[in-house]
Amino acid sequence: MTTVTKEAGAPVPADAGAFLSVRDLHVSFKTEDGVVKAVDGLSFDLERGRTLGIVGESGSGKSVTNLTILGLHNPQFTTVEGEILLEGQELTTARESQLERLRGNKVAMIFQDPLTALSPYYTVGRQIAEPFMKHTGASKKAAWARAVEMLGKVGIPNPKERASDYPHQFSGGMRQRAMIAMALVCDPDLLIADEPTTALDVTVQAQILDLLKDLQQEFGSAIIFITHDLGVIADMADDIMVMYAGGAVERGTTAEVLRSPQHPYTWGLLNSMPRLDSDLSAPLAPIPGTPPSLLNPPSGCRFHPRCTFQDRVDGNRCVTERPLLAPDRASACHLTAEQKHTIFVEEIRPRLG
Amino acid sequence: MTEDLVLPAPRDTDVPAGEPLLEVSGLTKHFPVKGGFPIRRTIGAVQAVDGIDLTVHVGESFGLVGESGCGKSTTGRLITRLLEPTAGKISYRGQDITHAGRKDLAPIRSEIQMIFQDPYSSLNPRQTVGKIISGPMEINGINPEGGREKRVRELLEIVGLNPEHYNRFPHEFSGGQRQRIGVARALALEPKLIVADEPVSALDVSIQAQVVNLLQEVQRELGIAFLFIAHDLAVVRHFSHRVAVMYLGKIIEVGDRASIYARPRHPYTHALLSAVPEVNLSEAEDAGPRERIRLAGDVPSPIAPPSGCRFRTRCWKAQDKCATEEPPLVQLSGNHEGHLTACHFPEEPSTEAREEDIVLDPALAALEEDVVDEG
Repeated sequence: MTTVTKEAGAPVPADAGAFLSVRDLHVSFKTEDGVVKAVDGLSFDLERGRTLGIVGESGSGKSVTNLTILGLHNPQFTTVEGEILLEGQELTTARESQLERLRGNKVAMIFQDPLTALSPYYTVGRQIAEPFMKHTGASKKAAWARAVEMLGKVGIPNPKERASDYPHQFSGGMRQRAMIAMALVCDPDLLIADEPTTALDVTVQAQILDLLKDLQQEFGSAIIFITHDLGVIADMADDIMVMYAGGAVERGTTAEVLRSPQHPYTWGLLNSMPRLDSDLSAPLAPIPGTPPSLLNPPSGCRFHPRCTFQDRVDGNRCVTERPLLAPDRASACHLTAEQKHTIFVEEIRPRLG
Repeated sequence: MTEDLVLPAPRDTDVPAGEPLLEVSGLTKHFPVKGGFPIRRTIGAVQAVDGIDLTVHVGESFGLVGESGCGKSTTGRLITRLLEPTAGKISYRGQDITHAGRKDLAPIRSEIQMIFQDPYSSLNPRQTVGKIISGPMEINGINPEGGREKRVRELLEIVGLNPEHYNRFPHEFSGGQRQRIGVARALALEPKLIVADEPVSALDVSIQAQVVNLLQEVQRELGIAFLFIAHDLAVVRHFSHRVAVMYLGKIIEVGDRASIYARPRHPYTHALLSAVPEVNLSEAEDAGPRERIRLAGDVPSPIAPPSGCRFRTRCWKAQDKCATEEPPLVQLSGNHEGHLTACHFPEEPSTEAREEDIVLDPALAALEEDVVDEG
């Protein structure tokens, strides 16, 4: 770890478990149409220096979870229950001033669209220097030097001159690099990257992903990497959590989840994704139906209306009982472990080619 | 869902399969850039598409891939004549339609249809689904047997929607369902060519596969030719018989799917393929690891594209010749029939891992050197 002296937001209890620990998190929004349960009973842990990939479709609650960690939700319409512990410090009940000391310092975020996340009114250098000044108390001059150094590190050519440019003078890939520089300027312990490459072209995406991986080795931050692209997650993450309709449905190391997936939704995702080496004679196998509305989510297992393996579970447990996700390697499904294994090996694996 | 397609084959199929349906040569579109004070005048041009040649055969699906700003969408819009070409020639079934007027185009417009990227902005929110899909028939004065409504209900069934949805409005549907409505509208006139501009990139993965399958069925069962424009190489590979790769307004490589994906020759095609993030599903990989190429920077501005070969500023094989001489799009020795490449110094036809990765990005190269040093 490269963490240096940093003002702690709160005293760290001696028995602090994982670096980041989310326990039974519920987030709901009040809307005109009713209450949207965006996150519904989510728990996960993250160790220092590891990368957790969260994969899911739009509306699965992956972004909301991470906005809640940083306290970026609108408290007027949002109800948050459960616990988010960062080094033992509870974040859901933390005061705004405490969160302010964390944001951009211990926890930093990279957003999907760098053009809307950067201010058009200030130079790129100033936007990178600002959090550094605020959190370390550095002088203006030192902070500017640090901004130039960071821009150089993330691969902006002529960082000295480009630091005084405005975001509109940067190309899409360079803006995302500037965002990464801004996120890493205070050497954060946790970096949340919310679809950081979705808006980029594929060759630029490859550059940025490799850059993030290399920088993580240097800075030693833990990363939460949110994406809908299984290919990107396979490339980036140590562990994967698959989310569906506000909850985690499968969790494990990257190799476990991709090579021996256990949840029907993960099978569906793998089967529906065209790959460069997939069999062309067979059509893609999409998941039938559409993701559920979170205003009125399905009873029991959230995935049951789209699941083709429902009839293999005794009784109608899928409709009545919500399957739980055990800690560590697990999947939230009523199929027995043996059934999951057999179905994957005999029915899913052959189709993946 | 769409097991039994009941649509009749396109009208008067006098052009047999395999014959060229659409031929484009030297197609160019320059958008003027205005500026200056006090009199605004043209001070330059965005060379969006700059002299491309392509042929789409009857019943064929032709993929056009490239990164944003390479001119693939402009090409689609030129072919459907939504934009007026600056130069070049478009001929459809032997008839020159490059600058054809409204009257001459009318019969052809019904044969070339378009599916748009954004299923939200491409459907009129104030019209019912029935009205949207029957619109093209109304405009062209087509009265199918049993009436337009019956035909619309048939079309809804073909694209996997409930015919009961006839009187609903677009906002009642999800993104994937809206895209199906767009497909039904494109099919309403029994077209021979559909230009699909990024038809699935706005959709979630699980829904994307549904729409790709639908388009594939439509293409196979009805023998409709497709110009499939997309940035996702895996989707294009799945859908297209032949593929053209575009870079900065030019086609740099074109050929059969297998040839382009397994035996690419142009350095840019190599870089594109190596940049696709892939899920490695089995531990013992049969094909061996893929090559790793990381380009530096972004695509240059199409207002002032590099001289000679347009890729040379980001290419690791570029030499003086590349700056002075534009490489012609030709069949190189070792290429399969019909596989054309525009490069002076082509790469080996293989995508397997090289002895040394090609990392042109200076920041990446520096960071990786540090790691090697420390290790």
